[in-house]
Amino acid sequence: MGFFHRHRGLTPYLLLAPGLVWLAVFFLVPLGFLAYQSLQSGTFDVGYAFDWAWGNYWDALQRYHAWLLRSLTYAGLATLLALVISYPLAYWIAFRGGRWKNLLLVMIIAPFFVTYLIRTLAWETILADQGPVVGLLRDAGILGDNGRLLATSTAVVAGITYNFLPFMALPIYVALEAIDSRLIEAAEDLYASRVQAFLRVTLPLSLPGVVAGTLLTFIPAAGDFINAQLLGTPKQAMIGNVIQSKFYNLIDYPGAATLSFTLMAAVLVLIAVYVRAVGTEKLTG
Amino acid sequence: MKFVRRHLLTAYAIAAFAYLLVPIAIVIAFSFNDPGGRYNYTWQGFTLDQWRNWDGVPGLRDAMTLSLEIAVLASIVATVLGTLIAMALVRYGFRGRGGTNVIIFLPMATPEVVLGASLLTLFLNVSVVTFGFTTILIAHIMFCISYVVVTVKARLIGFDRSLEEAAMDLGANEFTTFRKVTLPLIAPAILAGLLLSFALSIDDFVVTYFNAGSEVTFPLFVWGAAQRGVPPQVNVMGTVIFIVALSFMVLNVLFQRRRESPAQA
Repeated sequence: MGFFHRHRGLTPYLLLAPGLVWLAVFFLVPLGFLAYQSLQSGTFDVGYAFDWAWGNYWDALQRYHAWLLRSLTYAGLATLLALVISYPLAYWIAFRGGRWKNLLLVMIIAPFFVTYLIRTLAWETILADQGPVVGLLRDAGILGDNGRLLATSTAVVAGITYNFLPFMALPIYVALEAIDSRLIEAAEDLYASRVQAFLRVTLPLSLPGVVAGTLLTFIPAAGDFINAQLLGTPKQAMIGNVIQSKFYNLIDYPGAATLSFTLMAAVLVLIAVYVRAVGTEKLTG
Repeated sequence: MKFVRRHLLTAYAIAAFAYLLVPIAIVIAFSFNDPGGRYNYTWQGFTLDQWRNWDGVPGLRDAMTLSLEIAVLASIVATVLGTLIAMALVRYGFRGRGGTNVIIFLPMATPEVVLGASLLTLFLNVSVVTFGFTTILIAHIMFCISYVVVTVKARLIGFDRSLEEAAMDLGANEFTTFRKVTLPLIAPAILAGLLLSFALSIDDFVVTYFNAGSEVTFPLFVWGAAQRGVPPQVNVMGTVIFIVALSFMVLNVLFQRRRESPAQA
């Protein structure tokens, strides 16, 4: 004990050390290796050598910008859909849920209790050509007689939306739940209509939840390759699919590393733009 | 008008819940399907065969065992490491706090495919360990730590420090105080972090996929099966995992309600 009293300043570092060393060695250092690998050139047969091959990034953008753009578009669409579905739901639970709130919340995260791949496969069943949804849409004339849902962009976006929806709903709920209902009553006492009270009090106060939910949904969605693989065709392939096949099928490690970094950079830039546009102003204002 | 709007929102919420829950119902229903052929896509008839014969698919039991072993070990290690970090962050002022917070946040903000790919490049370049159990375990601990830190931190921030001071005033040393006062009070958060890690680990596909070598966890097994036609036994396993996780969650909710009710009275 004497040691701890004499070196109190050391205690936080001793507490941090094991976990931070783990993250440094198995998260930060690997990112370094990925960066190193992304600047190598050569082929699998002759071996790869590090030579500051910045051209890899240029090649990656030229050859794969369509995949990158598709990933960001699908992720953006899925994030938007998740927001549209979750906000009213979270609102309903927060303001109308009463004593059932916690159990309703469990229902929101229930999809997470089913293994990711299994719940994606369930969408394969739902959207299949013989499935109920396609039948219904064909009868209603929305889909042609040979119209399909499986193996289309719609299916991939639907799958991504479903898989990451709880990430959107939970932060929005937390933000809405924390709102002091007297603020809304005050707005209404001051002759704001319900719509005005919502737009000028509830919505701005829930915005931090929307920002958090958007990020938590968009980031994993942009890197996803499972939905495109199971619900789409190569035409719907996302950047994650390309990275995966470069590592596994093509054994093009530098190419895969370059694309990984490009994806991460694209995501970080979009997040920075988004937080600057929506976040800081209204969050702090 | 108000009446209509009120019910419009309720109807919307019910539709949204249906959207969330129908796929789960399908997973459960198809564990009772009697597919006849290889493909378990269309409903053919009710049977309990898959539940009786859950072990009838080669490789499934091994994959499940491996997933459970990894999940148990990874969640325990990650919870210990994460709790220590959370203690340091909340309790002590020290140089490097900002940097520490960034290192905790980054793994959660990195797409999984990048996490998996970067670890793979590390293991490819530094061939100290062979791909398999160890590499999966290392990876799972890595991505669980941050979630534990966030969970435990939230609880520690709302913690009444005077309780610890009282213990110290009464002559308890730091370790005794931690063991007898701090630990019991933050135990629910530690348990939450443990369960969350367990859930993250047992469900992980992407990071595992990149670092498993020839080992097969349950999600990897499902991935492999998806290329050939998924046996209904996979739905049985999915249903079991779902029910176990749901029970834990509902127990947690009920437990919290009981803890809160005396305070309200």
